[in-house]
Amino acid sequence: MTETAFSMTGGRVSYDGKSVLQGIDLTVSSGEVVALLGANGSGKSTLVRALLGLTPLSGGRTLLYGVPPAKFRDWWRIGYVPQRLQVGGGVPATVREVVASGRIARQSRLRRTNAADRSAVAQALEAVRLTARANDPVQSLSGGQQQRVLIARALAGEPDTYVMDEPTAGVDAETQQLLADTLAGLVLGGKTVVLVAHELGPLEPIITRGVLIREGRVVHDGPPPRPEGECARPGHDHQHAHAVESVAGPLTGWQGEPR
Amino acid sequence: MIIELLQEELFQLALVAALLVGLCAPAVGTFIVQRRLALLGDGIGHVALTGVALGFLTGTAPVLTAVIVSIIGAVAIELVRARGRTSGDVALALLFYGGIAGGVMLMGIAPGGSNAKLNSYLFGAIASVTPEDIWVIAMLAVAVIGVVVVFGRELFVLCQDEEMARASGLPVRFLSLLIAITAALTVVIAMRVVGLLLVSALMVIPVATSQQLTRGFRTTMGLAMLFGVLASVGGLLASTFSTKVPPGAAIVLLALAGFVLALGVGKFVRRGRTQESSVTDRPQLRVEEVA
Repeated sequence: MTETAFSMTGGRVSYDGKSVLQGIDLTVSSGEVVALLGANGSGKSTLVRALLGLTPLSGGRTLLYGVPPAKFRDWWRIGYVPQRLQVGGGVPATVREVVASGRIARQSRLRRTNAADRSAVAQALEAVRLTARANDPVQSLSGGQQQRVLIARALAGEPDTYVMDEPTAGVDAETQQLLADTLAGLVLGGKTVVLVAHELGPLEPIITRGVLIREGRVVHDGPPPRPEGECARPGHDHQHAHAVESVAGPLTGWQGEPR
Repeated sequence: MIIELLQEELFQLALVAALLVGLCAPAVGTFIVQRRLALLGDGIGHVALTGVALGFLTGTAPVLTAVIVSIIGAVAIELVRARGRTSGDVALALLFYGGIAGGVMLMGIAPGGSNAKLNSYLFGAIASVTPEDIWVIAMLAVAVIGVVVVFGRELFVLCQDEEMARASGLPVRFLSLLIAITAALTVVIAMRVVGLLLVSALMVIPVATSQQLTRGFRTTMGLAMLFGVLASVGGLLASTFSTKVPPGAAIVLLALAGFVLALGVGKFVRRGRTQESSVTDRPQLRVEEVA
């Protein structure tokens, strides 16, 4: 039986009267690997946050595994990877401490850390190849390494569904490839993935569905875009300097296509 | 001489108070600094003064009224913070001034209220701690440490990244109020020892000192508690040996001296650390350079 991980109907979000998302209908079944694509400010990050109930809807409704976010209890099923690692107020935290905090939804208040927790954390660190840095403060890591810490934190929770907000933005090629390999493994294991991306790069082969957001609306929902022209050449990687600004990139193939 | 001192009841009481404060304030302070609310203790301290004065006015124990009023103040500060409006900054400032002015005013009106009493709460009067005070301080300290032990894991996630806490299903509002209320209790514990105006120093300085030397959250908190105890007991001893030394100020100055020292030591520690980690980093750096 396929479950529905996310289901939003008529989702609307506005900040201070300004509409950011409108009329969003989006259902994600388990096992899907969905990429939310769009330009800066198109509302794709707001959409993932709204799917998780982090941003309240001003209209419509959204369900997490069939339950509204406010009533949702099985948060261990969700692994959220935010855009950036927050380094709180200068108090150091080791890589291991941050990754271990990904177990929080599985660890009830008074339960002590057990062997299963420790091995999940160790595996997550290994998956992102940060085992050697486990006892270093996260503040001392580079941006790409911090992104890996965030991914490891989600992995450590062993969720069913991963929600990632721009996991590839501003990250070195090695980390992008590492992320692609990690995700491919998760997808094989039947996990669900929803990720926000500017361009797919090495993630492209594993994406099963692309949802293009423009000006707060879904303008395309279907098979993922395939790179064309220059970008499709074998050996071409998407590490060009304009990657961050570029809206089009691999999406150019879509723009004129009839839906 | 210390052995003789230890047999004096007054000194024993003061020592217990100093130990408890030295342990509790930095423990709560670690979360508060991590949450970027280093001045929360100051705010609560200001409001607590009104609570103390209310105690004198109504003939109730000032510690009790201080607990109640500072909890109300802490909850108010948290509610303003959670709304996240830009005016929140000003709203907090208003609350602080109101707290101090209200306290001074009520203290003036209260029968038996005097400037000396006011000073003892503003700047601490560890020598005048009574056995009843110690009981209250000890119970509050147990509550504070209990919160840190039971909720520490959740508070770590909350103070590190509130959004992450929400996406992990943690009761964010409850935990936010919990940390604010725990800070309020800590302020009241520390009020007799270092005084309301310097309470926050014991919550923040040992943490700032500790983070110069540590790599992890847990070790930062542990070391901060050690520094807190060293400063508070050291300050107490200094004021016992020379009656001219005010204990509250001595404690805070000792803590600051420790910070300056750690700043220097930390530079060396970090220099060694970057050298060792840049060696392990080299292959990665090369990849990033190519990309």
